[in-house]
Amino acid sequence: MTLIQAVFALLAILTLGAGLLTVLSRHLFHAVLYLILSLVGVAGLFVLLEAEFLAGVQVLIYIGAISILIIFAVMLTRGMARNPGPPLNNQSLAAAVIAGLFFVLLAPVIAGFPWPQTTQGVPADAIEALGRSLVDPNQFALPFELASVMILAALIGAIFIAREKR
Amino acid sequence: MVPLSWYLLVAAALFCIGVYGVLARRNAIAILMAIELMLNAVNLSLVAFWRYLHPTMTTGQVFALFVLVVAAAEAAAGLALIISIYRNRETVDVENIDLLKG
Repeated sequence: MTLIQAVFALLAILTLGAGLLTVLSRHLFHAVLYLILSLVGVAGLFVLLEAEFLAGVQVLIYIGAISILIIFAVMLTRGMARNPGPPLNNQSLAAAVIAGLFFVLLAPVIAGFPWPQTTQGVPADAIEALGRSLVDPNQFALPFELASVMILAALIGAIFIAREKR
Repeated sequence: MVPLSWYLLVAAALFCIGVYGVLARRNAIAILMAIELMLNAVNLSLVAFWRYLHPTMTTGQVFALFVLVVAAAEAAAGLALIISIYRNRETVDVENIDLLKG
């Protein structure tokens, strides 16, 4: 096992273990903390995949913004945190069977498929090419602008929905 | 070098954990967190495909970025809905949110 593979195994265990604790932990606040740990693991896997920009964005957006938003929601619904009750509903066994069966079906397909493998490395200007392709009219300029309109609509909608009605 | 299938297996396992969380949790915020786990699994497999199949093209990374944008919008709108429900009904337990049940 090479060093890279050892690092991969560590990050994979971190991601999956924290993910599992996210869906299983009794206290919602602990679940958020485990979610953050799992997102850190995914960011590390992005670094291993040489997608440094995405790793940075993952830390900024997911760990910096979305998890803070979730912590706010947990704090604002504190009545639930005081009296949590059972964290899982009565169909949790069936859910576990379905999720496990899904993985059991996926895993042999993934492991058995002869994936083509390129020997190409990531070009040195990959981040510059990514930035240019986002504003290039022939590539992703339109989806990029649509995404910004969508996120504006989502923000206005969120403010409108969560606002105190008189 | 790590084989591509290892990354895909990790992504599949993370996705299945998210599926379990969505189906089994009672708290709406916990369900939203499980959805974030599933979106992360998809992002991981997209970036892995980009790295191992077409590292000279930008498409894989751009897709992952758009998934991230959608995840941010989904989190904002979903949490606003949960807070609004909590304000009106004093609960975020999805077992008790059954206004549309016949």
